[in-house]
Amino acid sequence: MNATNDNRGLGWRAVQLVTVLVYIFMFAPILVVIVLSFNDSQFGGFPMTGFSFRWYAKLMENEAVLSAFQTSIWVAVLTAVICSVLGVAAAIALVRYEFPGKELVNTILIAPALVPETVLGVGLLLLMRWAHQPRTLWLLVLGHIMLALPYVVLVVQARLIGVRRVYEEAAMSLGANRFQTFREVTLPLLMPAIVASLLLVFTISFDNITASMFWRPSGVETMPTQILSMLKVSISPEINALGTLMIVVTVGLPLLGGGLARYLARSGR
Amino acid sequence: MKKACAMTAETAVQLRNVTLSYGEFVAVNNVSLSIGRGEFVTLLGPSGCGKTTILRSIAGLVQPTGGEIEVAGRRIDNIPIHKRNIGLVFQNYALFPHKSVFDNIAFGLKYRNVEKSVIAQKVKRALDMVRLPGVEKKLPSEMSGGQQQRIALARAIVIEPDVLLLDEPLSALDANLREEMRTELKTIQREVGITTIFVTHDQEEALAMSDRVVVMNKGVIEQQGSPEDVYRRPETRFVATFLGQSNLLPGRIASVGNGLATVSLDNGQQIEAAAPSAAKAGMAVTGVVRAQKVVVGKTGPIQGKIISVSYLGGTAAYFIDAAGIRLQSISTIEERIWREGEAVAISIAPADCQLLDETGHRLQ
Ligand SMILES: Nc1ncnc2c1ncn2[C@@H]1O[C@H](COP(=O)(O)OP(=O)(O)O)[C@@H](O)[C@H]1O
Ligand SMILES: [Mg+2]
Repeated sequence: MNATNDNRGLGWRAVQLVTVLVYIFMFAPILVVIVLSFNDSQFGGFPMTGFSFRWYAKLMENEAVLSAFQTSIWVAVLTAVICSVLGVAAAIALVRYEFPGKELVNTILIAPALVPETVLGVGLLLLMRWAHQPRTLWLLVLGHIMLALPYVVLVVQARLIGVRRVYEEAAMSLGANRFQTFREVTLPLLMPAIVASLLLVFTISFDNITASMFWRPSGVETMPTQILSMLKVSISPEINALGTLMIVVTVGLPLLGGGLARYLARSGR
Repeated sequence: MKKACAMTAETAVQLRNVTLSYGEFVAVNNVSLSIGRGEFVTLLGPSGCGKTTILRSIAGLVQPTGGEIEVAGRRIDNIPIHKRNIGLVFQNYALFPHKSVFDNIAFGLKYRNVEKSVIAQKVKRALDMVRLPGVEKKLPSEMSGGQQQRIALARAIVIEPDVLLLDEPLSALDANLREEMRTELKTIQREVGITTIFVTHDQEEALAMSDRVVVMNKGVIEQQGSPEDVYRRPETRFVATFLGQSNLLPGRIASVGNGLATVSLDNGQQIEAAAPSAAKAGMAVTGVVRAQKVVVGKTGPIQGKIISVSYLGGTAAYFIDAAGIRLQSISTIEERIWREGEAVAISIAPADCQLLDETGHRLQ
């Protein structure tokens, strides 16, 4: 048994080693944050002095953190819902209909994914100033929609190409009008893509820091900007707890959604 | 005879000068067609000749660029698809993958204000009709191709459409199943008495199933008639070559007399054909002879040599060189099969040779 392993040679060993190192490099920081969030010590670093939930408890009393968390959740949910509605509509128009300037519209919708966030951040701010609009939470939501919409359009478009046009044609030939066809056939078949994009957008919005720093109204913090401002003061162990919560939300939700999407895809095929 | 019948019987579908272009390309060119109630009409033609486009025009999935379409006495080319009462069966079934068999079949009934209890009854009856009782709860993905095709048929028929449109419905099935479904489809069609337009590029299918075959090429109708009609009396060069195996023998009419035209072929060989009244000496014509009508024997007017033989069981297919003209013959094997290189004599009965004029149309 071992002989065959040895036979694969040095090259194979090197690949294994590098793979392990890459994984360590990727996940060690995350692991450290999670482990340290349960550290009883005053300081946010090693060594561990005991296991405790005190930093989580402390977090729950921190008004600033709670309100930042709330803000982030609201912004992310709103962004996800609005993006999905707009994205589905856009994808359907782009895949199913012919209209002049289609290529251009497609490019414009996808463009924000290619432009650096800093540029987008400044750009939107300048636009708002020019239009004499105050910086409100709605601006933040609007910005996040702009950032995340390309991904929804791409995900839904890909799925829509897979949903063969004949299903819709069959539905209409049986007497369903356009709306009924959408509700009964197109939408259910798109569900996996819609769930996926809801989650994707939620995470994009929830995690965003660069653009959010430009767009948030003064005095309002989102989770990432809150963490950043806490870091400026000190590396408190509270931040580890907060980081762990962020990880749970941004990793757990997509996993949950992925499972849901797969379930929907299976029953929808 | 057939045409007269179609005129007097109630017309179910009427196409008047229907034209459909995709940009410059004319997919359907000025097609007029009248289909009687309960009739089974097949659109037959090579791939790309516009069959699907005609079906989709009737269904309302594409908009003709010219002409009129009437179904059940109602002009429909200007009303939206969901308000036309048309049953459509697609090549790949197009059953809704996320709906059960019951919901698939009930789909069209929901939009026809049919009561719930009646829907259940109708779905059950439809499933009995396609001989798949009791599969209501299954998903399409749990069924075989043939079963899915039957469900698709049930879904289209249960709404009692004015016309049933079938686009190559059997082409996705394997050969055995295809023949079985062919018979079954035809039986169901007869039982229900539903007007049916069937599209195929498979001539065997078309000849076996149809009351009337409409042969199409490049967006136009070449000929329509009973299966026997189009097979035995091709009106055009295209129909002659598309249906079955035919020999095309170009030549010139040497003389006409006694109801027979003597044709000098390009190699100097002469054959005789039943002379239509338009036949005149000196005309350039093409003789059309089915391979089955080229008789290979020991005696006959045309001398030739066997180039190749394929043994087909009860029959054999020969390629014969007759002084520079290549003839194809499909003959029953009498005493023995002819071998490659053997000298043979060929005879063709005048009644089995039809004449096409220079434009490729049958001399009348
Ligand atoms: N949407 C379309 N755009 C351009 N050309 C088309 C389109 N649909 C069909 N065609 C062309 O029209 C012709 C007829 O198509 P079709 O009716 O599908 O043929 P058939 O069903 O007889 O094989 C084909 O040459 C095809 O390439
Ligand atoms: Mg076709």
